[in-house]
Amino acid sequence: MTELTTLTLAEARDRLRKKELSSAELTAAHIEAVEKARPLNAFVLETPEIATQMAKASDARIAKGEGGPLEGIPLAIKDLFCTKGVRTTACSHILDNFVPTYESTVTSQLWRDGAVMLGKTNNDEFAMGSSNETSYFGAVQSPWRREGSNTPLVPGGSSGGSAAAVAAQLCLGATATDTGGSIRQPAAFTGTVGIKPTYGRCSRWGIVAFASSLDQAGPMAKTVRDAAIMLRSMAGPDAKDTTCADIAVPDYEAAVGKSVKGLRIGIPKEYRMDGMPPEIEKIWQQGCDWLKSAGAELVDVSLPHTKYALPAYYIVAPAEASSNLARYDGVRYGLRVPGRDISDMYEQTRAEGFGDEVRRRVMIGTYVLSAGYYDAYYLRAQKVRTLIKRDFEQCFDAGVHAMLTPATPTASFGVGEKGGADPVEMYLNDIFTVTVNMAGLPGIAVPAGSDAQGLPLGLQLIGRPFDEETLFSLSEVIEQAAGRFVAQRWW
Amino acid sequence: MNAQQKPSRLIKGETGDWEVVIGMEVHAQVTSKSKLFSGASTEFGGAPNSHVSLVDAAMPGMLPVINEECVRQAVRTGLGLKAKINLRSVFDRKNYFYPDLPQGYQISQYKQPVVGEGEVVVDLDNGETVTVGIERLHLEQDAGKSVHDRHPSMSAVDLNRSGVALMEIVSKPDIRSSEHAMAYVTKLRSILRYLGTCDGDMEKGSLRADVNVSVRRPGEALGTRCEIKNMNSIRFIGQAIEYEARRQIEIIEDGGAIDQETRLFDPARGETRSMRSKEEAHDYRYFPDPDLLPLELSPSMVADLKAALPELPDEKKARFVGDLGLSAYDAGHLVAERETADYFETVAKGRDAKLAANWVINELSGRLNKEGLAIASSPVSAAQLGGVIELIGDKTISGKIAKDLFEILWTEGGDPRELVKSRGMAQVTDLGAIGGIIDDLIAKNTDKVEQAKANPKAMMWFVGQAMKASGGKASPQAVNDLLKSKLGL
Repeated sequence: MTELTTLTLAEARDRLRKKELSSAELTAAHIEAVEKARPLNAFVLETPEIATQMAKASDARIAKGEGGPLEGIPLAIKDLFCTKGVRTTACSHILDNFVPTYESTVTSQLWRDGAVMLGKTNNDEFAMGSSNETSYFGAVQSPWRREGSNTPLVPGGSSGGSAAAVAAQLCLGATATDTGGSIRQPAAFTGTVGIKPTYGRCSRWGIVAFASSLDQAGPMAKTVRDAAIMLRSMAGPDAKDTTCADIAVPDYEAAVGKSVKGLRIGIPKEYRMDGMPPEIEKIWQQGCDWLKSAGAELVDVSLPHTKYALPAYYIVAPAEASSNLARYDGVRYGLRVPGRDISDMYEQTRAEGFGDEVRRRVMIGTYVLSAGYYDAYYLRAQKVRTLIKRDFEQCFDAGVHAMLTPATPTASFGVGEKGGADPVEMYLNDIFTVTVNMAGLPGIAVPAGSDAQGLPLGLQLIGRPFDEETLFSLSEVIEQAAGRFVAQRWW
Repeated sequence: MNAQQKPSRLIKGETGDWEVVIGMEVHAQVTSKSKLFSGASTEFGGAPNSHVSLVDAAMPGMLPVINEECVRQAVRTGLGLKAKINLRSVFDRKNYFYPDLPQGYQISQYKQPVVGEGEVVVDLDNGETVTVGIERLHLEQDAGKSVHDRHPSMSAVDLNRSGVALMEIVSKPDIRSSEHAMAYVTKLRSILRYLGTCDGDMEKGSLRADVNVSVRRPGEALGTRCEIKNMNSIRFIGQAIEYEARRQIEIIEDGGAIDQETRLFDPARGETRSMRSKEEAHDYRYFPDPDLLPLELSPSMVADLKAALPELPDEKKARFVGDLGLSAYDAGHLVAERETADYFETVAKGRDAKLAANWVINELSGRLNKEGLAIASSPVSAAQLGGVIELIGDKTISGKIAKDLFEILWTEGGDPRELVKSRGMAQVTDLGAIGGIIDDLIAKNTDKVEQAKANPKAMMWFVGQAMKASGGKASPQAVNDLLKSKLGL
C-alpha cells in the first residue's frame, strides 16, 4: 500500500484512468499515511469517512467511463477553505467548531472534477505567519530534518500543514492560499511545488479572508505537472467574487514540457541582498544556468522599489485584516466569551479568541487606518504598491517574460527559533515573495537544490499577469534539472 | 447660491435677530427587489431574520456583489436632482462594532460618491421659491435592528434590513428655517416618488433624515452645529429645528457656547437631547473596500437612463403653466404628488384644463381630504370626472348640476353622460321652451317688468324665477339673453 503514496498526482490519475488502480485503494493508502503522520500535526481534521465515500463514488464514475480531470485523487484542504458540513476554523480559537453551510468556490470545483477530500490541513491562524507556529492547533513539524539532527523544523507558513502533507506524501496535492508568500515559502521549505496564481485567477468566495486585495488560492503539489493539473480545476471566473477575473482557464498541463527557448528571463538585482547565504546565491546562479542551457535568454533587470515592498505590505495586509476580522465578534457564530455588556463581550471574546500574532496585526491595521495616520501609512503604502506594480510592468513591457529570484532568504528553521523577541525577524521570510502579491502577479516556487544540511531550497519565478503557463514551462526545466526532493520518513 | 438670494426667517432673541442654518442628510431606501450586495429580499415586514443571506450575516469568506439595479436607481435619482453623475466611484468600509452590523463595517461611499453636486427647487407656501444645493448622493448598506424587549438581559438582532440599499442625499447648508426644511424634504420625497427610486414611506423608515442645525447672527460666519439623528416625520423635523434653534440661541445669549454633538428628538416632549459628544465620536477608519472594484459607469448607460426618466414635478409644473394656462399655484398643487398629476392629466386631456384643475383641486381634493382618502383610492375615477368636465364644457349641465352629478358619482358611481340622461339633469337650451316660461312670467308680473325697465338689476328676479320654473336645468345664458330681448333692455 505504501508505494501508492509515492505516486505523483499525474501518475495516479493515469493509473486510475487505465483502471490499474482504484480510488478506494489509493485513498485508503493515503488515509493510513495521514493517520501514521499525526506527529507532524499537518492535519487539524481528518475526514476518512468522507474520503472513503468520495473514493467509492469516483470508482463508480470511472467504471462507467465517466469522471473529471481529478477523478479519485485524494487531496488535502487548507483549513482556510470553507467546506460544507465540515468544520472550518482558519486554525483560530475564535472559529471553534464553526461548520459552514456552504462550500468555497475553489473546493467545489475540485469536487466537481472528482477529487477526494482527506481532511483539513493546519495553517497559521487566519494565515498570519510564516512558520505555522501561530495556529491554535499548534505548530506543524516539517517532514524534513537537518542531516544528523532531530531538531523539529518548521514547514513554513502559513500553508504549513498543506506543505507538510504534500512533502510527507500524505496526499497527492493540497490547496493553499498566499497573501504574502504563504504558498511559495512553505513550498520552498519542504521541497514541494507551490504556485500563487495571478490575483483574480481563483475565486476567493468561501475562503476565510485575511487581506482581500492580496489573498489568492493556489495548489501545493509534488511536481510542476501536478500543480498545473490542480490549478486548472481551482481557477476560473466566479460571479460571486467581483475581483475574480472573467478570463478562460488554459490547459496548464499542456504548458509543462513546452520549450522555453527564446524566453527572456529577468534577474532583478535588488533581490541580491547583503548577507544572503552562499547556498541561496548558488542555487540562484544554478537556476540561471539551467534556464540558459534550455534556450532562455537572461537579462539583468531592476525593480527599484523592492526594498519598500515588505514595510508597505505590513501596512496594507494588517489594515485589511483588521477590518476583515471585525466580523468575529461573538454575536452570530464561533467563540463567545460572556461579558458585562456588549463592549465587554466583544473585548473578552476577541482577546481570548485571537492569538498573539493576529491581535498584533489587528492592532497594527487599526492604527494605520486611524484618523491622522491614514495618509502617512495606508495611503502611502498604496502609492508604494502602485510603484512596485509599475516596476514589473516596465520590465514586462521591455520584453521580459518572467523573472527568476530565490524563493526565501534561508532554508527552513527550527520550531521556536525565530520571531520570539522580534516579529520582524519572522516577517523577513517573505522578503522575496510579498512583492508578487503587492503587484498581483503569478509566482511559483520550485525546488532547486539543498543547503549544506540537506534541507531543500527553492527558486521563485514571477510571471506576467495571467501568464501562469510560462511559469509552468520554466519551472519544469528547473525541476527536470534539479530532480525531486523527498523527505526521509522519521515519523 | 449666496445668502442674499435665500429668504431668511430670522428668529428674534433677547439680544437681537438670529439666523438658523440647516443642512440635511436624507437616507432614502432604494426601491429594489434585493439588497445592495446580496440576493436577499428587501421586502418589509418579514419574520425576523427571514431575509438574510450568507453575505448579510457576514459568514466567513462571503463577498459582496453589487446589485446593478441599485446603482441604476442611484443614477436615476442623481439625474432627477440635476446632479453630476460620477462615472467612477468607490465603495469604502466604515468600521465600527455594533451587534446589528454583522461585518463590523458598513459598506458606503466616502471620498468618491456615485453622484456629485445637484439642486432641488423648493416652493414655499407664500409663493417664494428657494433652491437647495445638493452636495452629493452615495450608496450604502442599511444596518439590522437590535430588539431589546424580548429577554431580560439579552438583546435580539434582526438582520432583515442588514444590507438593504440606502441612498444618502446630503444637502448643502442652504436651508434657513423649519418651514424650508419641511418643504425641502417634501419636495425631495416627491422627486424620489416620481422617479420610482424610493417609496418615501417615512413610517416604515424608507426615508429618514439627519438634520444639522446651527445659528448665527445674520451675515456672520457659520456657528457650531448639532446633528439631530434619525428623524422619520416631516412634522417632527419642523418641531425639532424650532426647538433646537431656540435652545442654541438661549445658550449663546446666556454667554455659553454650543458643543458639537449628536442629538435625538423626543416627539413626546418636543425636545432634543444629547446622544453623544464630538469626543465620543467614532473613528470610522474609512478605507476602500478591497472586496469591490471601483464602480465604473459608461456614459451611454447614464444617457440611456436619462432618456428614460419620467417628467419630474418642476418640468410638469412648467408645462401645466405654459401649455395648459394654469396658475403657478394650481400647477404646483397638482404636481406635488405624481398620482394627482396623472389623475389631473387624464381629466384634462382634450378638455378645458383650467376647469379640470379647479375640479381636481377643489371638489375632488377637498372631498378626498375630508374622507381621508388617497387619490389612488378615489371613488370617482379620472375618466368619470373627465366626463363631468366634458358635460360642463359642452353646456349639457351647469356647474351647479355638475356638483350634484359629482355627488352621485361619488356615492353610486356610473357613467356621467348616462346619468345626466336617465335622471333628466341636462340643461334646457331649447329657446322655445325657455321663451314660453319667460312670456308667462312677464305676463303675470307687470309690476316687476316696470321695475326692471327702470333698474336693469331688477331683471335678476326674472332670471331666478325662470331658473326655478325650469327646475334648474335652463341654461342661465339663454335665460339672460331672452329676457334682455323680451324686456327690451
